[in-house]
Amino acid sequence: MKILVCISQTPDTTTKIKFNGELTQLDAYGVQFIMNPYDEWYALVRAIELKEQLGGDVTVLHVGLASNEPTIRKALAIGADSAVRVDAEAQNALFVAKQVAAHAKTENYDIIFFGKETIDYNGSEVPSMVSELLDLPFVSYGSELTMNGNLATVARDIEGGKETVELSTPFVISAAKGMAEQRIPNMKGIMMSKTKPIKVVPAQAVAAVTTIVKYEYPAEKKGCKMISADNVEELVNLLHNEAKVI
Amino acid sequence: MSVLVFAESLTGSIKKSAQEAIAYGYQAAKAMGTDCVALTIGNADGASELGKYGATKVYNVAASNSFDAQVYASIIAQAAEQVSATLIVFAHSSSGKSLAGRLAARFDGGLCSAVITTPEVSGSAIRVRKGVFSGKAYASYELSGPKNVVTIAANTFRPEVVGADAVVENLTVSAASGRVTVKSLNTVTGTVPLPEADMVVSAGRGMKGPENWGIVEELANILGAATACSRPVADVHWRPHHEHVGQTGVAIRPTLYIALGISGAIQHLAGVNQSKVIVVVNNDPEAPFFKAADYGIVGDLFDVVPKITDAIRRLKSAQN
Ligand SMILES: Cc1cc2nc3c(=O)[nH]c(=O)nc-3n(C[C@H](O)[C@H](O)[C@H](O)COP(=O)(O)OP(=O)(O)OC[C@H]3O[C@@H](n4cnc5c(N)ncnc54)[C@H](O)[C@@H]3O)c2cc1C
Ligand SMILES: Nc1ncnc2c1ncn2[C@@H]1O[C@H](COP(=O)(O)O)[C@@H](O)[C@H]1O
Repeated sequence: MKILVCISQTPDTTTKIKFNGELTQLDAYGVQFIMNPYDEWYALVRAIELKEQLGGDVTVLHVGLASNEPTIRKALAIGADSAVRVDAEAQNALFVAKQVAAHAKTENYDIIFFGKETIDYNGSEVPSMVSELLDLPFVSYGSELTMNGNLATVARDIEGGKETVELSTPFVISAAKGMAEQRIPNMKGIMMSKTKPIKVVPAQAVAAVTTIVKYEYPAEKKGCKMISADNVEELVNLLHNEAKVI
Repeated sequence: MSVLVFAESLTGSIKKSAQEAIAYGYQAAKAMGTDCVALTIGNADGASELGKYGATKVYNVAASNSFDAQVYASIIAQAAEQVSATLIVFAHSSSGKSLAGRLAARFDGGLCSAVITTPEVSGSAIRVRKGVFSGKAYASYELSGPKNVVTIAANTFRPEVVGADAVVENLTVSAASGRVTVKSLNTVTGTVPLPEADMVVSAGRGMKGPENWGIVEELANILGAATACSRPVADVHWRPHHEHVGQTGVAIRPTLYIALGISGAIQHLAGVNQSKVIVVVNNDPEAPFFKAADYGIVGDLFDVVPKITDAIRRLKSAQN
């Protein structure tokens, strides 16, 4: 199995978010960045499990600047064999997708893994774009994946339930919770990651047709109206007459 | 020029999220000075009704209802060419999200997912907003491709009757053959799927055990709400995984979210803080959830919840 896992980096959910004065850019000062959990816990770990089971190798790909290399090293420490870094800031989903597709066209991957979405913009856009650019079948939100030769059986999360599908390699898949269990890198993994190769490649130019023009902070909540536990009638009254939701 | 809305019907009939997408397409078309056209694929009971919500034309492509993103994307792309769409609209559903990127990539188009505003026209581009960073901010996107694509947040655009039923016309496209075989489809029947639910009653570890969920379900039933839970509750299998909301679970945007015995950790809030009205019941006055709530009751949920259910029952019977 020759597997590619695309990894991204996002601010930790618990980080405070600030923007520059013009509200056009995230102020990264003091922001704690992590590997996107869906990429790390589910896509990457399942890819490594498949390699352990069936042989082959796992390459991780990241579109980002050199300052993001600790995230790539972590993926190598968890068990990926090698890495590719496309040396450019990820401008938007199509930009990232075109870099991934350009790389994937030069290799014959059996499976291209993604996380189901990044937890900062929750776009869920890149995997679908890559599958189109490569004209490959795509299964989104996979929560289980088993391989039998080159035939894959995937359970995927859909509204209020699950769908089970079958398809053959090569394909693109995005991983949701359930696909695997998080692995913490051990000492040996961390030592070995230092000797694993990270190939740095230049980015292809892509016309920017999706741009963030401005950020805004949400309006402050008005404050919570407290109602006595002895007077739940009042809650129902407020929901009906004030909030008008019931 | 037109706005093309994909109205999904994977189970054979038009879903509520598809009606919302038409309502959005109607508003978008007005802003852009054009018409809203609906596209359905396969069996689609309720397709003609889309006319009522603002589609000037409703097209159907005869194909399988089994979802294959590659096949569906190819059909929608051909339809988009035929109706000269400049904006393609999807629901922010598992299938909508799987298709939006494919269409944007095919047309070198702009893409914004889970938008919460109708387009504002800015020259030849459009601007839309969405929530980002777990609800800690909003971002305004400018989309300037030849065809742009959006998925729309659930429960945000209400279908309103603005016209009459439409005649469904067949549209012929060359169908690609699928490479994904659907083996089974298991969805909860009889209840609204959580991501589409207008009201949600959610409970956490404060429930003490799965045997106590009866009071949660009774409250949900009287409201016609879906049920949800916090992550630890799903992790220990007190509740099914598809009910888990939050950063690692489902992100929802209902009109009313009632949280019972949930502390309000940031990772939980990430999936629910875009709800319109939040009610929290917790016996700890210091529970962080109160800071994100609109209405709060400090009290024992085993005492308070049945009382809320009773009070709503009285309200409902007074209304009838
Ligand atoms: C990376 C990461 C991702 C995560 N993703 C998610 C996610 O997607 N969704 C999620 O929910 N969590 C997520 N978590 C976990 C999250 O941090 C919290 O641990 C979790 O939300 C707590 O669940 P809870 O509120 O049900 O339980 P607790 O925190 O134990 O809270 C129980 C609450 O019930 C109250 N209570 C107890 N008894 C009663 C009573 N009789 N009456 C009324 N109130 C009572 C208590 O005061 C308390 O506030 C994530 C954590 C991490 C680290
Ligand atoms: N900069 C990036 N480099 C590599 N992969 C990425 C990058 N951004 C996003 N991805 C992948 O695409 C998935 C979905 O991202 P998104 O479409 O932005 O929600 C992520 O979970 C990653 O697997």
